[in-house]
Amino acid sequence: MPRIRIDGQAYEVKEGLNLLQACLGLGLNLPYFCWHPALGSVGACRQCALLQYRDEEDRQGRLVMGCMTAVADGQILSLKADKARHFRAGVIEALMTNHPHDCPVCEEGGECHLQDMTVMSGHHHRRYRGRKRTFVNQDLGPFINHEMNRCITCYRCLRFYRDYAGGEDLHALASRNHTYFGRASDGPLESEFAGNLVEVCPTGVFTDKPLSQSYTRKWDLQHAPSICVHCSLGCNISPGERYGRLKRVQNRYHHGINGYFLCDRGRFGFGHVNHPERPQQPLVRENGRLRPVAASEGLAELARRLETTERWIGIGSPRATLESNLALRELVGADHFFTGLGSHPNALNRALLELLRLPGVNTPSLREIEACDALLLLGEDITQSAPRMALSVRQAVRGAGRDRAAALNIPPWQAQSVQIAGQNARHPLFISHVTATRLDPIAEATYRASPQEQAALAFAVAHCLCPEAPAPEGLDEQAQSLAEKIAEALLHAKRPLIVTGPSSGALPLVEAAGQVARALLNARPAEACPPALIPVFAECNSLGLTLLTQDAAEADLEQAFALSEHGPVGAIILENDLFRRAPGPLVQGFLERLTQRIVIDSIPSPTLNAADLVLPATSFAESQGTLINNEGRAQPLFPVHALHAERRNSWQWLAAVAGHRALKGFASPADALATCVTAAPELAPLSQALPSAAHPFTRLAVPRMPHRNSGRTAAGANLDVREDQQPQDHDSCLTFSMEGAPAPWLSRQSGIGARLPFSWYPGWNSNQAVHKFKDAVDGPLRGGESGMRLDLVCRDNGWHRPLPVDTEAQGLLAVVQPAIFGGEELSNLAAPVFQRAALPCLRIHPDDAPAWSVADGDRVLVRGASAATELPLRVDPRVARGIALLPPTCPPLGTGPTRVSLRSLGSDPLIATDHPEPTDG
Amino acid sequence: MHLGPELSPLERQEIEAECAHYPERRAAAIEGLKVVQKHRGWVSDGSLQALAELLQMPVGELEGVATFYNLIFRQPVGRHVILLCDSVCCWIKGRDDLNRRLCQRLGIKPGETSADGQFTLLPTVCLGDCDRAPTLMIDHQQHGNLTPEKIDRLLDQLQAPGGEDG
Repeated sequence: MPRIRIDGQAYEVKEGLNLLQACLGLGLNLPYFCWHPALGSVGACRQCALLQYRDEEDRQGRLVMGCMTAVADGQILSLKADKARHFRAGVIEALMTNHPHDCPVCEEGGECHLQDMTVMSGHHHRRYRGRKRTFVNQDLGPFINHEMNRCITCYRCLRFYRDYAGGEDLHALASRNHTYFGRASDGPLESEFAGNLVEVCPTGVFTDKPLSQSYTRKWDLQHAPSICVHCSLGCNISPGERYGRLKRVQNRYHHGINGYFLCDRGRFGFGHVNHPERPQQPLVRENGRLRPVAASEGLAELARRLETTERWIGIGSPRATLESNLALRELVGADHFFTGLGSHPNALNRALLELLRLPGVNTPSLREIEACDALLLLGEDITQSAPRMALSVRQAVRGAGRDRAAALNIPPWQAQSVQIAGQNARHPLFISHVTATRLDPIAEATYRASPQEQAALAFAVAHCLCPEAPAPEGLDEQAQSLAEKIAEALLHAKRPLIVTGPSSGALPLVEAAGQVARALLNARPAEACPPALIPVFAECNSLGLTLLTQDAAEADLEQAFALSEHGPVGAIILENDLFRRAPGPLVQGFLERLTQRIVIDSIPSPTLNAADLVLPATSFAESQGTLINNEGRAQPLFPVHALHAERRNSWQWLAAVAGHRALKGFASPADALATCVTAAPELAPLSQALPSAAHPFTRLAVPRMPHRNSGRTAAGANLDVREDQQPQDHDSCLTFSMEGAPAPWLSRQSGIGARLPFSWYPGWNSNQAVHKFKDAVDGPLRGGESGMRLDLVCRDNGWHRPLPVDTEAQGLLAVVQPAIFGGEELSNLAAPVFQRAALPCLRIHPDDAPAWSVADGDRVLVRGASAATELPLRVDPRVARGIALLPPTCPPLGTGPTRVSLRSLGSDPLIATDHPEPTDG
Repeated sequence: MHLGPELSPLERQEIEAECAHYPERRAAAIEGLKVVQKHRGWVSDGSLQALAELLQMPVGELEGVATFYNLIFRQPVGRHVILLCDSVCCWIKGRDDLNRRLCQRLGIKPGETSADGQFTLLPTVCLGDCDRAPTLMIDHQQHGNLTPEKIDRLLDQLQAPGGEDG
C-alpha cells in the first residue's frame, strides 16, 4: 500500500486511487465539483488542487489536481499550504462570478454542494461587480426544474445523463461562459433516470419540481432510512416529511443495490402517501355509505365482526410487509390465507423463487450486475419493471470500454481517457422480448417473439451450451443461429448474466432462464466464475409473500373465490385491490358472496369502496416492517414520521383484537419481527435485525431531523398553542427529534450507516456527505449495509423439457407490457408520474390486423375468457406477431395466460380525451 | 434561390461525400453544418433538424456542435459578413476607429445586421494577419492595413450596384 504524507502526517492509502479519493477516504476536506464517485474524474473544475513537493528539500511545491493525480508511494503533499488554499479560493471566485446571489430562493439552499465548497474554500466576499450572464430556462417536464443561471459548468449532468444513463436529449450547447445544458427544445427529459440530476448537479440548476411546489428545506425535513416500494429491487431511499406530508424522496446509499442513483418512479412516485382520497380513519358501512369513525370504534367493529362470523379468509398482498401478511395468516390460519394473486402469478413467483435456489448459480446484486460481461434478458423489459436494474445493465455493457482502458493501464477513475479508449466498445447484451425495449439500442442482438418462442430460444441456448439439456422443437434457422451466438457469448464471458421476470406471463420462459444458467454451469470449467441469474418480481414484497406461502396447498385467489361459494364466509383483504388481480366479474361475484368485507389499506381502490369496514393502513412512510427484494434480501422499513392517530400498521390493527382470536407475537415491531423469524426456516437470518442487549442500536438515538430543524415545537400551533411532547419511538434506534447522537460521532460507529435517516456531516450539507460514513470512497457504508440476504435452500429440479410451441391456438395471446410510469399501482397516484404515463392502448403487429378487421386508431373491444375491455388500437411493427400487447392499467381479462379476440368499434373519437385527469399527489 | 428546410440534392450530395471519410456518420457534423451554411448563409432550425436526421444523431447534439463554433450562424446574417478583428495588435493599431466607422456607415452595432440585410458586423478573435493590423475579413476576403477611409472605399464598392461578387 502506498505511503503518502499530507501536511506532515503519514498515511497509508489504497493503491489505484487518485489523491482526491484518498483524501476524502482519510476524512480530509478537499473541495471538489466535477468529480463524482460514480462518474470519475475529468479535471474540469480545478477545485481539488493541492500542493505536491518533489522531495523533503522542496519548499515551493507545485499545484496538482487531486482528482487527476494517482497516489504513489512517497508522495509529499499539502492541502493547507497557502498556495493551494489561495488557488482553490481563486477557482471558486471565478466560478462564482456568474453565479446568482439567489440562495434564499433556491431549492438547493441548505443542501448545496456549491455552498459547502464555497464556504470550505474560504471565498466569502464577492469582489466581482460586473454583469452576470443570464439564460432562458426550459420546461423539462413534471420532475425537474431548470435554472441555468446557477450553472458552474462542471459537466456532471451531461456525464451522468448521457454517458452513464444513456440519455440522448440533454446536451451541452454553446461554449465558454455561455455553455448551456439543456434540450434542443422544451419538453420532458426522456431518460427514466433524469431525477438523479437533482443530486448529481452540485448546485441548483436541476432541482426537484414536485418538492419546489410545496417546498421545505432539507434542514426542516424529517427523514428515515426507508425502502422504495415501487418495484422489487428494494432501493434504499431517504424520504423527507414536514407537516405530515411526504415532501420528497432522495437516494440513500446502498453499496450493493442502488449506489448513488434511483429511477424516477422511485423518486417521484410517493404521491399515494399524500393522496386526498386516502382513508384517514376507519370507515364503517351504514345504510350503504361508509361513515368515518374513531380508531377505537373501528377496532371495536373489527372485534365484533370477527366474533359474529364463524369462517374467515385472509387475503394477503405482495405490497404489504412481511409482518402484515404474517399477522393476517396467523389470525385466519394458514389454511385460510391466500396471497391475493391468481394461480398463475403465484406459479410464476414460485418458479422465480426456484431460480434463486439453483445450486452453484450466483444471485448478483445490482452492483455485481455492473461487472457482468455477457448478458441475456429473457422476456422482461427491466427499464419498465425494475428500472434501476436497467441502469446497472447499461454499466455492464459499457464495461467493455472499461476493460479496454484497463488493458492500457488507464485507471478506472480517468473518465475521459476511459471513454476515449473504450470508444463504442460494448459487452454483448441479448434481449428477447415481445416488443422493442429502451435497451435495444445498446444490444448486440434482439429477438422479438411470443413468450413461447422466446422460451424455445432459451431452451435452444441451453442445449447449445450443454447437449444434455433437451432441445426445443421447431425453432427456425434464424433463431437457432441466434441461440448459438448467445451460447457462445455466455460461455466465453468471464461473468455471464441471465435476467428474467414475470412480465411475459410465461412459466416456460422462467424455467428456460434457469435452464440456461444450469447448462452454463455444466458447460463452464469448474474454476470459472459461476454464472449469475437474477429474477425480478412484480412488487416490493412479492418474494416475501411467496416465501410465506410456498408450501401452502391452497393460496390462490381462485381458491378463495371457490371457498366463498360453499357456505357463509367473511374476508379480511390486506392492502390489495382485487380488481387488479382477477377479472372484474369474478371479483364482483366474490365480494358479493362474502358475508363480511374488511379491507385494510392505505390507498383508495374499488375493492376498498366495496368494504363493510375499512381500516386505514400506514403507507411505507409510516410503516415499520420488513420487505424482501428480488435477490432475497430482507430490508427493514422505518417510519419517517410518527403515526397519525387514526392509522396503524396493518398488523397492528389485527394485533389489537382481543378475545379468542387474539394474536400472540405482535405486541411491538420487534415482537412481530421475532414472529417472522420463526414463520419459515428460511427467514431465520432475520433474527440478526432483532434488537438485543448487545446491539448498539438500543443505546443510540439517531435523530430523524437535522439539528437545525426549525419551528418544530410550533408546527402544530394552528391547532393548539400548547407544545406537545415530541412523539416517542420505542421501537428503533431512531428518534422523532433533532436531538440525539451527533453526526461526527455517528460516523465513527460501526454499523450505523444502514440506519442513517439522511446524509449530513459538518461542512457537508448535501447528499455528498455520504463519504464521511464510509471507510473508502468507493466502498460500502462503514459497518455494512441495510438488510441481510436470506439463506435460501438450494434445490436442483433437473432439466426442464421444452413444450412444443402451440401454433393451433385461436386468438391473440394477451401480454401486459409493464411501464415505469403509469404501470404501477402506488406511483399512479402521484401526479408527476401519472403525467409521464403514455396513453393506454392496445398494440398488435400489422400482420395481425387484417384477420380481426381492425386498423390503427380504431377503438377496439378486447374480449378475454372472463372479461372484456375497450382500448384504442395502435398497429406497431415492433410487436411480435400473435401478441395483443395490453397496457399495464388493463384489468385482467382471464385467469392465467389468456387469448383474446378483437372487434373494431370504429375509429376512436376519444383517443385524445380518454386519458383520465391525474389526481393531486 | 430560396431553399426550404429540406436539404437540397446538392447539399445532400456534398454532405454524403463528407460522411464517406468517417466510420460514423455523425463525425461529419461540422462539415455538414459548413455545407448547409455555404448554401444558405446560415443554419435554420429546420435545416438543423434535417441535417441531424441525415447524420443519424440527436438534433440537440448537432445543436451543441453548431453553437460551439461562433462562425456557424444559427441566426440569419446579411449578404456580407464583416469579421472585424479585436485582438491586441489590431486594437493597438486602431481597430476601434474602424469599428466606429463601420457602425456609423451601416447604422448598426457589432453583432447586428443592417436594415437592408446587406451587412452583418461581428467582432472576431485574431485573423492571423497581425503584420497588416488592423485587419478585417469580408465574406472570405481578408483586408489589412486598414484606415477609416479604406473602410469607406470598401463599403462603397460593396454597396455599388453590381458591386463585388454582385
